[in-house]
Amino acid sequence: MSDLLPIRDSGLGWLDASGEHSDMVLSTRVRLARNLQGHAFGPRARLNDRTAVLEQVKGVRDRVDLLRNSEVQELSEMDVRPRRILLERRLVSRDLVGENGSGPARGTAVVLSPDRPLSVMVNEEDHLRLQTLFSGLRLREAWRLLDSLDEELGKELAYAYHHEFGFLTSCPTNVGTGLRASVLMHLPALVLTKEIGKVLQGLSQVGLTFRGLYGEGSEVVGNFFQLSNQTTLGKSEEDLVDHLDRIVRQVIQYETHARQVLLRDAASVTEDKIWRAYGLLRYARSLSFEELMNLLSGIRLGASLKLLPGLRVYSLNKIMIFTQSAHLEEAAGRSLSVSEGDAHRATFVRRILSTEGVVPPDEDSVDGNASPDPTG
Amino acid sequence: MVCQNCGSENAVIHLTQIVDQEMKTLHLCEACAAEKGLETSSVPESFPLTDFLAQMGGKGGEAGGTSGDDPEDSKPVGDCSFCGLSFSDFKESGRLGCPHCWSSFELHLRGLLRRVHGGSQHLGKVYLSPDPSVSEREKRLEALRKKLRRAVEIEDFERAAEIRDEIRTLEPVT
Repeated sequence: MSDLLPIRDSGLGWLDASGEHSDMVLSTRVRLARNLQGHAFGPRARLNDRTAVLEQVKGVRDRVDLLRNSEVQELSEMDVRPRRILLERRLVSRDLVGENGSGPARGTAVVLSPDRPLSVMVNEEDHLRLQTLFSGLRLREAWRLLDSLDEELGKELAYAYHHEFGFLTSCPTNVGTGLRASVLMHLPALVLTKEIGKVLQGLSQVGLTFRGLYGEGSEVVGNFFQLSNQTTLGKSEEDLVDHLDRIVRQVIQYETHARQVLLRDAASVTEDKIWRAYGLLRYARSLSFEELMNLLSGIRLGASLKLLPGLRVYSLNKIMIFTQSAHLEEAAGRSLSVSEGDAHRATFVRRILSTEGVVPPDEDSVDGNASPDPTG
Repeated sequence: MVCQNCGSENAVIHLTQIVDQEMKTLHLCEACAAEKGLETSSVPESFPLTDFLAQMGGKGGEAGGTSGDDPEDSKPVGDCSFCGLSFSDFKESGRLGCPHCWSSFELHLRGLLRRVHGGSQHLGKVYLSPDPSVSEREKRLEALRKKLRRAVEIEDFERAAEIRDEIRTLEPVT
């Protein structure tokens, strides 16, 4: 992937669309919240708490197999753009990069594994947030990898743990397992058929919740929904993960059914929407991120329904990540105004679609149906 | 937050709907939600944490009135001895300050956890500190044996083998 742009690959393994149901399920993420004994956490943590925690993490890294040769990025030492790139890759949270206030606090950091989809946020709301990100629906695999990291780290660092409440966290909604598993889904047909409301309402009744693309507090754009467990206490990690897995598979069935309904009852309208989206993306000279996300939803549906043959999910995933503003600026090597960003975004999309979005000309088949066979 | 329908009661149901591809969130009190035919979720965690916090601790339960079953709720609470966080700070921010806060506010937190998670007993991984005492080791072994039985019951033999290996590393060599 490094041939694409002069940006490091970290955290982009999931883009390859290798996981199960990757046209509908973009990614699987699991995170564990952990705190260390003897230090205040979250807003109560002082600079000496934060530096002590970070030093402990740095000190044990090389004794933890899964973090050997990992890179520690201290956010307060970084420029704004690389920080935002980490955010756009969903490797760090808005809180950690200080997006909501005066920049990142000293001692905040992210540890990135060089060869596995593993990272650890240090000194976020909790001392440690261990996380992993996989392509498609791979909850069990993701949980196992993260569990292994947790086992290793927990042998080196003294976690704060209570016999009744489990792993102690800053917020009571995370206590117990500290586990949040989430699956990023693309559900355009449920939105178009207006069935999505029922599905989302149903989620809360089975202990799940949903968020937008960038997690807590973010809006839903481009029909992308992040489904995750709501409670973290009173069930084992395996039960939480299996439960989410079961429900996600049901939602996949609902979405598949809604797609069949669309094709059966509104085939021409659906096809028109998809081809219009493709046409705009293929030729537009300026695209805002929001407009792009909505159009991308259309062609993602088209690719999944094989109405846009040749268009790979990998290309679509790549467009989604590399057209965010910090990524565009990194590629341009300079800051971009909003209108410049929109132009760069459109150029990037055109380039990908002209080189990777090989779509056989649909007009041929239309002409073929409408006119006599060409004589040869 | 006040109910958007009657404008007087506290909104406890937050319904997100998508109409014409536009997402709208409706905040309703229980009575108005019932009137509109929306069932109150049987899972308590669909309510925001701040609503629970507003109802608990310190001054007794005038607001909400759902928590009157815990007499400990009305006792005054001291600050955390380690980080100095007061219980009212916690109610305001919804965040605890250190691991000791969990012991300092244990009684109140237990009630909160029951309402947020439906219980307060952790059933996940049992943690053993890097330098565990014998009793901690025993507790962990017991929990692992339970997990092993469960894994065998559900025929997850791969997991069972992993747990068995873990038990072996903890069991004292005889």
